Amino acid sequence: MKRLSWDLMMTRYPAFFALIFLVLAVVINFILQPNMLSQETLNNNLRVFLPIVLLTVGQAIVILGGGIDISVGATVSIVNTILATRVGLDGSPEKMWQFMAISLLAGALAGAINGFFIAYLRLQPIITTYATSFLYGGFALYILPNPGGGIPASVAEIYRSWTPLGIPLAFYVMGTILLLWWYLYSTRFGRFLYAVGGKAQAAYETAVPVTWVQFSTYVISGLMAALSGIAITMLSGSGNAEIGAAMTLTSVTAVVIGGTALSGGIGGVAGPLMGALTLGIIQNIISFAKIDTWWETLVKALIIVAALATPGFINLFRRRRG
Amino acid sequence: MKNRFAISPPLAALILAVVLFLLSGLLPNGYGSDMEVARAQAINILRLSVFLGIIAAGQTLVIISGSEGIDLSSGSVVTLTAILTYVTVNGEDEKVLLALFISLGVGALVGLLNGAGITFLKISPFVMTLGMSGVVTGAIIIANHGNVSGKIAPIMTRLIARPLSPSIPIPNALIIWLIFGFLMWLLLERTAFGKNLFAIGVNRVTAKLSGVNVTGMNLAAYSLAGALAGFGGFLVVGNTGVVMIQLGQPFLFPSIAAVAVGGTLLSGGKGSYWGSMAGAIVLTLITSLLTTMQMPESVRRMVLGDTLLLMISFYGRQKALRQ
Repeated sequence: MKRLSWDLMMTRYPAFFALIFLVLAVVINFILQPNMLSQETLNNNLRVFLPIVLLTVGQAIVILGGGIDISVGATVSIVNTILATRVGLDGSPEKMWQFMAISLLAGALAGAINGFFIAYLRLQPIITTYATSFLYGGFALYILPNPGGGIPASVAEIYRSWTPLGIPLAFYVMGTILLLWWYLYSTRFGRFLYAVGGKAQAAYETAVPVTWVQFSTYVISGLMAALSGIAITMLSGSGNAEIGAAMTLTSVTAVVIGGTALSGGIGGVAGPLMGALTLGIIQNIISFAKIDTWWETLVKALIIVAALATPGFINLFRRRRG
Repeated sequence: MKNRFAISPPLAALILAVVLFLLSGLLPNGYGSDMEVARAQAINILRLSVFLGIIAAGQTLVIISGSEGIDLSSGSVVTLTAILTYVTVNGEDEKVLLALFISLGVGALVGLLNGAGITFLKISPFVMTLGMSGVVTGAIIIANHGNVSGKIAPIMTRLIARPLSPSIPIPNALIIWLIFGFLMWLLLERTAFGKNLFAIGVNRVTAKLSGVNVTGMNLAAYSLAGALAGFGGFLVVGNTGVVMIQLGQPFLFPSIAAVAVGGTLLSGGKGSYWGSMAGAIVLTLITSLLTTMQMPESVRRMVLGDTLLLMISFYGRQKALRQ
């Protein structure tokens, strides 16, 4: 009976390990940094994690639908450069809201271009989004060749230190996203998403609009990348065309640590969200553990590989025994 | 199956490369009507393609092996073995062979770890090799603390960077590549390993039921891919003569693009090394053309992205759902 429940946990709740990792990471971080749960520290941390969390959620939806999006980082860069050059340090908040709306449109458009090539022209996702990452990254560099520009401090301050009812803004954002996801999950679109990611051919034969579902996952991912770009711009307060480049592969890793399989159709969005938080906390732990700077890259990589390997090791061990 | 494009992807890529090269002569600072310059430029582009081409070989193997096979650690393995070669050889001709074996061995070991994680722990190749890439980069950072002392041997420069002889201006690297390409063809098309590799790429279950040792093949494919990336690192340092921490990373995604442009399916089971060679030539050609046209970095990236999209739109399309 016990064995059955373990297998059930594994198959029915792929985010199970993500939760364990997150709790473990929080506990270790708490030991190293006792004031971690104070309102200010919590807010400081979460506002840094939020951009990658948003990006990961978009990536997770694409991956659930059986694709992958390597261009998300470049979309973040586009949004960052649009905001930093068009709004400016002395821009008015109204202008900022206006360009935030434009940024969302730009993100959706970038996603729609990916979706068009992948869903309608049936190109291979990895290589297509790799190509568009050059397109978008080049465009961001075209908008802002050298780092600079900025957004008004009053707007950045909202993102950085607004804590309604004493709870950091990031919690509200993540909560909203989870609620939206759970709503989406319950709709027909949610069913279609898993069907397409699981086996597109079978989904097609049972009258699922495969092409349309694939297309919309990339648009969602583009929108989430735009949100991530808005968040990171408000965090940094300035523009840099390379800002998103390093975020792409992190988002894929976060999705997998969150228990969502790269093969598509298995997992969810809550797990990847926890995965992204875990990766952020790991970075925190490394800086608080006072590890020699030379060792940081290796230690971080080893922790990530260990996290990826743990579910496999446990299953291997259980199979040997059972 | 409609046979509208009977032309094979490797040939298409090669034709594209030739056409692009001929057109490039018409550019303001192209070679114009000077045949001597044209030949020198063509040879130089081919010479530069060698390194991307060799690194794409391992990538070709793991991609053909299917099940989302990919090797994102090849870039950091190139850096690692380049540094190891640099330090081991230290200017002495007699240590070159030792350095070559170390490069191949270390590459194969990293590949074996990748393969073990993917095969036994069921980690998806994308994240397993990405994680391994981080581990290797971390190890490099610790091992040389940001600076290394070493030197490549004269014989390496002679055998890799220089032409065959003063009268025959064909670079040795190109000859190494041709021999290498022939060996890869033998491996893929004329050995049991090659047959089994395509078999597991098409369908692992049917391959297993037909008596293919899927686990062993998967381990072998990743180990060999690692060893080939190691060989790439050895060649790259022999050509450049200097090492740096970011030596290999720029080759990583272009090596995957070269495989895709060459018509190898990223879903596995179909492809050739000739295709990857042609892909490497096309990509190197486009990159160097954009550089000689002196466009700003931003325009260069956008054009490269567009060209890549155009090329894969031409023959990288997957089967339609309706048949």
